[in-house]
Amino acid sequence: MMNMLKGRAFNIAIPLIAILFGFLAGAVIMLLSGNNPITGYGALISGIIGEPYDFGETLQRMTPLIFSGLAVAFAFRTGLLNIGVEGQLIVGWFTSVYVGLAIEAPMVIHLPLAIGAGALAGALWGFVPGYLKARFQVHEVIVTIMMNYIAIHVTNSLIRMYLLDSGQRTGFVNPSASLESPFLSEITQFSRLHWGFFIAAAACVIMWFILWKTRKGFELRSVGYNKNASLYSGMNVNANIVLSMVVSGAFAGAGGAMVGLGTYQYANILPSFTNIGFDGIAVALLGASTSVGIFLAAFLFGGLQQGANMMQAQAGVAPELVEIIIALIIFFVASSYIIRWAFTRMQSRKEEK
Amino acid sequence: MEYVIEMNNIRKEFPGIVANDNITLQLQKGEIHALLGENGAGKSTLMNVLFGLYQPERGEIKVRGEKVDITDPNKANDLGIGMVHQHFMLVQNFTVTENIILGSEPTAKGSIDLRKAEKDVQEISDRYGLRVDPKAKIEDISVGMQQRAEILKTLYRGAEILIFDEPTASLTPQEIKELIQIMNNLIQEGKSIILITHKLKEIMEVCDRCTVIRRGVGIGTVDVAEATENSLAEMMVGREVSFKVDKTPASPKEVVLTVKDLVVEDSRKVDVVNKLNLEVREGEIMGVAGVDGNGQTELVEAITGLRPAKSGSITIAGQDTTKYKPRKVTEVGIGHIPQDRHKHGLVLDFTIGENILLQTYYQKPYTNTGILNYNRMYEKARELIEEYDVRTPSAETRAGALSGGNQQKAIIAREMDRSPKVLIAAQPTRGLDVGAIEFIHSKLIEERDKGRGVLLVSLELEEVINVSDRIAVIYEGEIVEIVDAADTNEQELGLLMAGGKKEEGEPTT
Repeated sequence: MMNMLKGRAFNIAIPLIAILFGFLAGAVIMLLSGNNPITGYGALISGIIGEPYDFGETLQRMTPLIFSGLAVAFAFRTGLLNIGVEGQLIVGWFTSVYVGLAIEAPMVIHLPLAIGAGALAGALWGFVPGYLKARFQVHEVIVTIMMNYIAIHVTNSLIRMYLLDSGQRTGFVNPSASLESPFLSEITQFSRLHWGFFIAAAACVIMWFILWKTRKGFELRSVGYNKNASLYSGMNVNANIVLSMVVSGAFAGAGGAMVGLGTYQYANILPSFTNIGFDGIAVALLGASTSVGIFLAAFLFGGLQQGANMMQAQAGVAPELVEIIIALIIFFVASSYIIRWAFTRMQSRKEEK
Repeated sequence: MEYVIEMNNIRKEFPGIVANDNITLQLQKGEIHALLGENGAGKSTLMNVLFGLYQPERGEIKVRGEKVDITDPNKANDLGIGMVHQHFMLVQNFTVTENIILGSEPTAKGSIDLRKAEKDVQEISDRYGLRVDPKAKIEDISVGMQQRAEILKTLYRGAEILIFDEPTASLTPQEIKELIQIMNNLIQEGKSIILITHKLKEIMEVCDRCTVIRRGVGIGTVDVAEATENSLAEMMVGREVSFKVDKTPASPKEVVLTVKDLVVEDSRKVDVVNKLNLEVREGEIMGVAGVDGNGQTELVEAITGLRPAKSGSITIAGQDTTKYKPRKVTEVGIGHIPQDRHKHGLVLDFTIGENILLQTYYQKPYTNTGILNYNRMYEKARELIEEYDVRTPSAETRAGALSGGNQQKAIIAREMDRSPKVLIAAQPTRGLDVGAIEFIHSKLIEERDKGRGVLLVSLELEEVINVSDRIAVIYEGEIVEIVDAADTNEQELGLLMAGGKKEEGEPTT
C-alpha cells in the first residue's frame, strides 16, 4: 500500500482503479434498468474476444484510436490542448483517399505516398493553430475546434463536387494504395482488420522515440513543462509550439489514412463528426500520455465499442451504456485526486488501529 | 511562567520520513518567539500542526494551559491563532476590506455591510499602525502593504497569537523595518508572535527567545539576549559557520562585459533601464545594489538575451551581443544564475540530471545527429552532483522534489561548469539557509579567482558588501555611483539606493 502511493506504481494504479470503478458504476446502472450485469458484461466480453471476428474488429477499431490518442498526447506533452484531432483526422482521411484514387503507381510508392499525404494534410491542419498560438497567442483550443468544422465541411463539399461515385461516397482506392489484407481478414473470419494495425503499433514506438530519445523531444517536453526555463536555456519556444502541433496533426492525419485506406477504402460525406478524434482525448488521458498506455487504452475503448453490439444482441442492454461506462472511466481518471485522497485516508485509518 | 501555547514533544511522520520528532515549543504571552531552522528542517510542518492542517502522531498541544485538539484551521481560528502566510492568500482584484472579510462577512439585512467592514478595518489598521487603505485593490498595492493586509486579516478575526511564516522574504529593507515596528506594536497590545525564519539578524533584532530545530529534531530554546548570531547558526546547522566571507583582494584585468547607454523596457513598455553604463572586469566581482524594482531584473534579462534592448549596446568579451538570442549569448560565454529559480532556472518536472544538462544537452557528446545520449548526460550530471555537493537521492530524481538549496546548487553546477567568461548571479542566495549561502559565496569568489568576471545582483546589502569587490548602485534604471566594497557601509549604500548623492569624497570608478 505504501508503494502504491508513490510515483510510478500509483500512476499505473489510477487508470486501473478508474476502469474498475467505471465498470462497477455501469453494473449499478444495469441493475437499476432491470438488467443482469453479469449477463451484460458476459456478452460484452464475448463481443470482444468471443470469436476471432470480434477480436479482429476490435483491433480494427483501435487502430485509428491509437493515432488520435498519440496526437492528443504529443501536443499535450508540449503543454498544448489539441482538440482539433478530429478535423486533422478527417482531412487526413480525405487526402489519403484522394491520392489513393487519383494516382496509379506501384504499391511500394503509392501506399506510403497516400499515407504520407494524409499525414501531411493533418500536419497542415495542425500548423494553423500552432502558428496562431506561437505568433499571436491565440488560444489553440478555440482555433482547433473551429478548424474541425472547416475540415468536415470542406471535405464534404469537395467529395460532393468532385469525387462522388455512388450514393454518399467516393470510389474505392486503387489496390496499390490499399491497406487491406486478405490474410488478416481471413484469419479473423473476414473482419475488416488491415495492415494499419501494425502501422499504429509502430507509431507508438515512434512517438516514444521522438519524445524520449531525441533532442527535439527533450525540447518539446521542456517547453511543455516550463516555457520560461526553456527560453532561458536557449530553446526556440515558439518554433517548438508550432512543431508540436504539426507532428500532432500528422499523427491524426495518418490515423485518418488508416480509416480511409484500411477500414473503408473510400471517403464519404460525413453527416457528423466521426468522434475518433474526440475519443483520442479520452485515450490519451487514460493512457497518461504514454505510448504503452495509449495502446492499451485504445484497445479498451475499441473493445468496448465493438462489444457493445453483442451486449445489445445477447443481453438486451442498450449499447449507449458503453458510452456511459467510457465517460465514467474518464471521470474517475480525471478525479484521480479523489482516489489518492481515499487511499491516504484508508492508510491512516489502518495505522491508527 | 504562563504560556499561551505549549507544544510538547510533537512528532509528525509522513510516509517514509519523520518531519518532526520530539519538538517542544513554548510561547510566552507578549513575546516574539523565533522558530529557527534550515530549509526543510520541519518549521512549516510544526506550524501546520499548530494551525490544524496536520495531526501530530505524538505529543500534546496546550493553549492557555488547556489541552486542545486542533483538528482544522477553523478550530485554530477559534482559539485565537492566526497565520500570516509567506505566499499571501489574497484575491488580487478584491479590495483590502473584501479580502479581510472573506469568509466571515458582516451582513445587514441580508447584504454585506461593506461600510461597517471598512470602518472596522480602518480602526484596526490605525490601532496597530498598519497604514493600510481599506478601499485599495490588492493588485494595486505594494508587497509590503499586501502583507500588512494579511496581518490585518488575522487581527480582524480576533487572533491573539500570530504566526509569521518567513515574513521578510519578499520585502525591501525599508519594508522590513516597518514590519519590525508593527510586530513591536502588536506586542505592546498584548499579542504573542511566533516568527518562522532562517535570518539570524532578524532574530537578534526583534525576538525574545528562539527555538531551534535541525532536520526535524528539536535542538532547544535559548534566550536571544544570551545568544550570538554565531551560536544560533551553530545550533541550526550543527557545526561552526563563518559569516565573514574569506577572500583575497581582487586582481582585475581586462574589461569583459561592457554595457553602454542601455535602455530596456519592461512588460508595460516603460523604460526601466535608462541609459545605463557598466563595466565588469575579469577577476572581479561587481555587485549591483538597489531597491527592488529599479531595473535590476530587466538589466540582467537584457544582458542574457531574454529581453530585447531598446537602445544602447552590450559587449561580452569583445563581441557585440546586443541583439543575440539567449543561446547565442550563452555560447559567447555568459553563465546566468537566474533570480527566480523555479521560473527560469529549472524545469521542475524534469529530473535533476536533465536540468543540469539544460544548457548543453544539444552539444556533443550528449546529442549525436539529433539523438540524445542519456547515458552520457547522466554520467556528466552525476559528476557535477558529486562535485557541487547537490544532495539528491539520485540523478533521476525530479528537480522539484529537492530543497531550494540543492536546486540552487544544481543550477550553479550547470552554469559554472561551462567556464563562462562572465557569470551573472541574480539574487543567488534568495531564500536559502546559512550553509547553502556560505557555499554559494565561496563558489562565486572561486570563479573570480579563476579570472572570470562576476556580476552579482542582490537585494541583500550585507551580501553585496561582503562578496563584491566594487559595488554599482542602481537607482531608477541608472548606475548612480560605483564604490569600493572595502570602504563603504550599509548606511552609505542605503542612502545612495534611495537616490541620495554621495556627500563627500571623490567618486571612485
